[in-house]
Amino acid sequence: MPNLKDLKVRIDSVKSTRKITSAMKMVAAAKLRRAQEQAEASRPYAQRMDRMLGSLAAAAAGQAGAPKLLAGSGSDETHLILVATADRGLCGGFNTSIVREARRLARKLLDDGKTVKFFCIGRKGRDQLRRDFSGMIVDTIEDVAKPKLSFDKASSIGERIVAMFEAGEFDVCTLIYAEFRSAISQIVTPQQLIPFAIAESDNGDEEADKADDKPDEGLNGATYEYEPGEEEILTALLPTNLSIQIFKGLLENAASEHGARMTAMDNATRNAGDMINNLTLIYNRTRQAAITGELIEIISAKEAM
Amino acid sequence: MAEGKIAFELVSPERLLLSQDVEMVVVPGEEGDFGVLTRHSPMISTLRPGVIQVHEGSAVTDSIFVAGGFAEVTPARCTVLAEEAVAVGDIDRAATEQRLSDARDDLLDAKTDLEKAAAERQIAVSEAMLKAAG
Repeated sequence: MPNLKDLKVRIDSVKSTRKITSAMKMVAAAKLRRAQEQAEASRPYAQRMDRMLGSLAAAAAGQAGAPKLLAGSGSDETHLILVATADRGLCGGFNTSIVREARRLARKLLDDGKTVKFFCIGRKGRDQLRRDFSGMIVDTIEDVAKPKLSFDKASSIGERIVAMFEAGEFDVCTLIYAEFRSAISQIVTPQQLIPFAIAESDNGDEEADKADDKPDEGLNGATYEYEPGEEEILTALLPTNLSIQIFKGLLENAASEHGARMTAMDNATRNAGDMINNLTLIYNRTRQAAITGELIEIISAKEAM
Repeated sequence: MAEGKIAFELVSPERLLLSQDVEMVVVPGEEGDFGVLTRHSPMISTLRPGVIQVHEGSAVTDSIFVAGGFAEVTPARCTVLAEEAVAVGDIDRAATEQRLSDARDDLLDAKTDLEKAAAERQIAVSEAMLKAAG
């Protein structure tokens, strides 16, 4: 028979766990809202950047000497995989599913005889990748979202990547992050950053923007004047665009992380509640059994007298 | 959109800073300032650190410092993508001077070309900022 005192201690400990998880859920919900607002606010820039880049790239396409960031380095031997994860756990399968995708991609590339390098943004991704690919992690950046995810940080990462690319350290760069759909659904998305695929960036967001683009539709055919020149602008625009894409990925990731944590903590709170109910039931039964036992003892003792 | 006006947007990576119909904007292009009125021919330009002026009637209603970026002009609108933007009135002189001297120190300490370029950029930005503050 379970000990009454032990049961009491268990119930109290589960209760305090429930308090913690429900507080974490609340915090995650608040952070999620903020992250969503931030992602929302950053959208106009990315949209306009896409538009500009689209018209520039169309003009530059097919020309010799297009910048390498757009055209690629001419080979695809070495792949750099940027893995964006959270710094902290307790958010369900969030980190694991991102890392799983990174692992899958890496395995595939390795099987094809390519070289793979990892660049981790977020501690959890590094911790998990270190087990299998310890020699391939070139660098890790932690605490990107502390105190606040800013464009400066994304752009310093972008500059690092561009510098590495120009030094010939890799040929293709892919960012893996979780795209935010809702608090219960985050979709792990690999996005190729270098060479930059224009067509890919034109989905979704652009649709919403179409409406106010209408009056200009006819214009897109007309050629822009470029000042100083197409190439100079492209050379300036592409690294900025890379930073923007990274920034966008990180913002999505932050929203996804908080969403995942919110759901995980909600489940944990509910499970703790169930557990408390069960334990309380057992506790009461045990108490009753003890009382009954005592009564029987008293009665049988009295009858014997 | 009102007649004779151009839709002006100033966007930073973190948010949309300004979106209004104005009569004219003067933008600090890489190769010199240019004014944008409605029905300007389409163009894309890079920006140098400088001041964007918004004109209404014959008066300047807004002056905003940008640390560089891009401008896209079409007959109906003018979009400025700026990495850093501050209203000229909000420039903190002391902080900017501090930034300038920090950047100069960085330039002396710079070991790689990349660090050097970054420091030089910072110097250019903060010098332009001080100039804008007057």
